[in-house]
Amino acid sequence: MSFTIDKVALLLGMSLMMIGLWGGFTQRNLLKIILSFGIFDTGLNILIVALGYLPGRTAPIIEGIVVTPENLVNVAIDPVPQALVLTAIVIGFGTTALMLAYALKLNQHKKSLDINEFKDLKW
Amino acid sequence: MKNSIAIVLILVFGVFLFQTFSYYQTKTELNKTASYYNTNTPDEVGAANVVTAIVVTYRGLDTLGEVTVLFLTAMIVGYILRQGGRERQKKNNTSEILITAAQVLIPGSIILGVYVFINGHLTPGGGFQGGAIIGTAISLMILANPLGTIPKAVLHFTESISGFVYILLGLAGLLFAGGFLDNRILPLGTLGDLLSAGAIPLIYSLIGLKVGTEISSIIANINETGNNTSKP
Amino acid sequence: METFKLIMLSTLALVMVISAVMAVLSKEMPLAILASGAISLLASIFFLVLASPDVAMTEAAIGAGLTTFLFFVILRKTDQNNHENEK
Repeated sequence: MSFTIDKVALLLGMSLMMIGLWGGFTQRNLLKIILSFGIFDTGLNILIVALGYLPGRTAPIIEGIVVTPENLVNVAIDPVPQALVLTAIVIGFGTTALMLAYALKLNQHKKSLDINEFKDLKW
Repeated sequence: MKNSIAIVLILVFGVFLFQTFSYYQTKTELNKTASYYNTNTPDEVGAANVVTAIVVTYRGLDTLGEVTVLFLTAMIVGYILRQGGRERQKKNNTSEILITAAQVLIPGSIILGVYVFINGHLTPGGGFQGGAIIGTAISLMILANPLGTIPKAVLHFTESISGFVYILLGLAGLLFAGGFLDNRILPLGTLGDLLSAGAIPLIYSLIGLKVGTEISSIIANINETGNNTSKP
Repeated sequence: METFKLIMLSTLALVMVISAVMAVLSKEMPLAILASGAISLLASIFFLVLASPDVAMTEAAIGAGLTTFLFFVILRKTDQNNHENEK
């Protein structure tokens, strides 16, 4: 099979997703768990952008020299995954900020960041 | 969770992922949606950046949802951290290099952010990138001067007015042009000018200001929260 | 030329995977936060090679800039809380 750039990016995205999930399952420090979810988000975004790549083509922006309004269909890659990932990165940042604010409040109440200390909801 | 159970679960997930990878073939032609967007963007929308045209006009409702999510995040962070009370720094021991460098970098960063979101329809960039750059500049302001406070009233006023005018522009698109958040309420102009692509520069400037002030208010709230844990 | 580019990108991917493992396994928090910032920066380079300049700019500004800064602010606040409790 011919190895192109998007196959390397696909493998990288899958590896980062697996490493991020593994960190979320096994770590005990709250900040480490939030960091692992951030790595999972980055891997997922690389995976989605790699699905829209076509070899030998360039970015879908009209400049008048290489990409003109007439040959945009023949020299530009798929623009839809880029629009989706743009939204996903910003929402991932919002989720991370919210998780960190919750971790700060939990730390103020229990004075530790170990996830085994929070047993209030266990039956 | 025990280490062995976690590794077994991750390996099962990995088997599913690599199964998808073995069916993947590199494409040589665009599919129908992408070729529609690539052929019709210069005529219908008039923007030189196809990704901007998709984010603002073709899929404008997704952008409205994203702006709502960021607004909810800023509001919830401000509400949760309000109970801790205010914390005032006692002494100012930031280094001299940081204070001097901040005086040069902060105006330059704000001008760069404004440039990025005004030219969103011509070059790579847009509202979200410009807003993040403005948020970084105001974070530098917080770092370099821990004794001072950020004027909260200006941030709240800018954020509210930006969101409100964004919705009004969407409704104006419903009344005067094709649908909600249509950009043909202003004339399309020639491709490549600064004042082209209808209402896209206006919409992206409002989104950029809103995102920048929301990020600044999140960081200001986290920085100023105190340690008071009494229940209300 | 194509194989040279492929070898460079594979090296970059290997560095990213090693940084991810280091971020999950290390015992000190500032090292883990800096490793995740490095992952976001190298991912921004990857986005540029995959012909997406919009996504590269967003990932560099938000992932490598704001998320790392936010983690360090929270780390300082929790260390302050835990240390003044121990005194």
